[in-house]
Amino acid sequence: MQIKRNTLLTTATVVFLVIFLYWLSANRLQNGMLASVLQKGVILALVAVSMNLLNGFTGLFSLGQAGFMSIGAYTTAILMIPVQNLDGVYYMNGVNPGIRALKIAIANAPEFIQIIFPFIALLLGGLLAAAAAALVGVAVLRLKSDYLAIATLGLSEIVRAIFSSPQLDQVTNGSYGLNKIPTFPPMLWGLIPSFVTPFVIVAMCVVFIMLLIKSSYGRAFKAIREDEIAAEAMGINLFKHKEMSFVVSSFFSAIAGGLLAIFMRSIEAKTFSITLTYDILLIVVIGGIGSVTGSILSAFLVTAAKEWWLRFFDQPLLIGDWQVPLFRTGFRMVIFSILLMVVVLIYRKGLMGTNEFSWNRILGRFKRKSSVDEGGVK
Amino acid sequence: MSRDGRPSRLIALFHWIGFFCSFLFPVLIYTFSTGCLHGTTAKFGYGEIRMTMTTILQHCLTGISLGGAYALIAIGYTLVYGILRLINFAHGDIFMMAGYFMIFALASFPWPIAIIITLVVTTVMGIGIERIAYKPLRKAPRMSIMISAISVSYLLQNLSTYLFTAIPRGYPEIPFLKKIYRVGELSASFVTVLTPVLTIVLVIILMVLVNKTKTGMAMRAVSKDFETAKLMGININRVISVTFAIGSLLAGIGSILYFTDRMSVTPFSGTLPGLKCFVAAVFGGIGNIPGAVVGGFFIGIVETLLVALGYSTFSDAFTFFLLIVMLLVRPTGLFGEKTVEKV
Repeated sequence: MQIKRNTLLTTATVVFLVIFLYWLSANRLQNGMLASVLQKGVILALVAVSMNLLNGFTGLFSLGQAGFMSIGAYTTAILMIPVQNLDGVYYMNGVNPGIRALKIAIANAPEFIQIIFPFIALLLGGLLAAAAAALVGVAVLRLKSDYLAIATLGLSEIVRAIFSSPQLDQVTNGSYGLNKIPTFPPMLWGLIPSFVTPFVIVAMCVVFIMLLIKSSYGRAFKAIREDEIAAEAMGINLFKHKEMSFVVSSFFSAIAGGLLAIFMRSIEAKTFSITLTYDILLIVVIGGIGSVTGSILSAFLVTAAKEWWLRFFDQPLLIGDWQVPLFRTGFRMVIFSILLMVVVLIYRKGLMGTNEFSWNRILGRFKRKSSVDEGGVK
Repeated sequence: MSRDGRPSRLIALFHWIGFFCSFLFPVLIYTFSTGCLHGTTAKFGYGEIRMTMTTILQHCLTGISLGGAYALIAIGYTLVYGILRLINFAHGDIFMMAGYFMIFALASFPWPIAIIITLVVTTVMGIGIERIAYKPLRKAPRMSIMISAISVSYLLQNLSTYLFTAIPRGYPEIPFLKKIYRVGELSASFVTVLTPVLTIVLVIILMVLVNKTKTGMAMRAVSKDFETAKLMGININRVISVTFAIGSLLAGIGSILYFTDRMSVTPFSGTLPGLKCFVAAVFGGIGNIPGAVVGGFFIGIVETLLVALGYSTFSDAFTFFLLIVMLLVRPTGLFGEKTVEKV
């Protein structure tokens, strides 16, 4: 009975969300801020979930997310810039002839290939990042806690240095960055409008990660998080599972990086600095380390708060004749960092702790019935 | 291959050393040999770089000076890590804040008083950060403290962006530090020469403090075994405060020396030096003071040489490359002691 009710509620919510997204897609111009916050939020949600897979579920404190995102972003951007824009983008250094040949080949390819090409570009970015992670993981994953953190942080800096190096000018456009990236393509012959595309892609990725966490691999990850030595004694191959978690997490970070590149329409190596990793870590911490739904929820909340709701802190505010002190550019971020400190120091579990979202809990709150058992608690 | 499918340590070691040498050393050796022997022009990356003995010495001098400032910051990392097992991500930002304090102090006071004010305020800030952000988490898992450190760093950056804006602020010149001395063809400002000397002097004082005084003994005890030290009646909180005070004080001195050479401060100018200095501390063996100094000088010199050779984009990457190689080949660093993993 309860299971049936929960399925019903979930289906209703999903249907409502889908209808809402289609409505928003049609009325995008009137709700520009809401639309862009939701798109950015959903992209950051994917990075946060992939970081959570590594940090929260496998217990590997990695700070390399920005590096893998930049691999995905650059791959997607380079592949997606249309051939007629190439000269405009690479106006300083000229473009690598190989890339130009590839673009011309794609422009002349059958329509079918052109339609799915953006998705191939995203996938390719993900696969490249996964390959890089697999290679690097062999070496780096032997390190423990904070050493791993600083090594992965270093890796992401190395990736950034490589992308912005003058030697790669004709491919990545060096420090000038890439722009004129086309926007999201529609999916399924226009059935899914271009605005909804990132939501669909992210939903698919998150479902995959959740299934992975629920599988026996996921249980092995959690065992490693709780106690490495005990897990090894129980016959879990530490290296194999750590590597797997690392590769999967990097793959999805890179997909999110590609989506971010398409969302922003222009990228530069500076975008993917340490600050980006910190921002994502903060989303994970606020959502609760070890909760997928917490990360998703907090990605939307944090993005909305940062880009939209707390904007007024940055404007001078007048109450009557009295100018409220402190309100000027940058105050929003100070408030935001103080909120974060409070979460870290006092509400250490974040929004959700290690629990997942469950209807029983929400309804139980309303009914205050002690008979409602706490499903979904692990 | 060992039992669980990892490539054995030895193979990894050779692999990394080979990669390292093939990448870096030929470039350095070739450039220097052509430069030293013939004084000819060698072409690397961008532009023609003429490497004569004088230029090389000049770059080495700059490198040693930068290395001295790095060494002073690295000591802060190594002390805190030795005692709390925490990478103090906020240390680089303390260093940056010290830069701003100096700008404001020097605007209204003569330089000797301004320096004292800067150092005092920086030290107090270091202790304050420890009290507010790290003390409540002493019993928490290590990951929480690290996240707290990251959020302090985030807060300091945002706070200084708010207070001082993101536009680079000119660092004031202290006349006697900027005075130029010439020896033959070499020229150096006083600060370039002062930095390594001052660093060495401060390290010697610190070593005496750690090895000969009672506070130093307490610090060593706490870093050896936190719990036992507590049982022996050592006031842990006092020792930790002293550690943060020393670390911040040295970061303040390092900041004055570093920024006098760099001319401007931005809210983000502490991040990269901070991370590099952590690498320096790991390189020398974390928890080991002379190790941190050696690491600081090494990274400073190599970085300056890479910039001089025209690889400035890779000078930051090199530091992290060094870190990864070091962690794989010799995780305890150059002078670190081996620790035994306990179940």
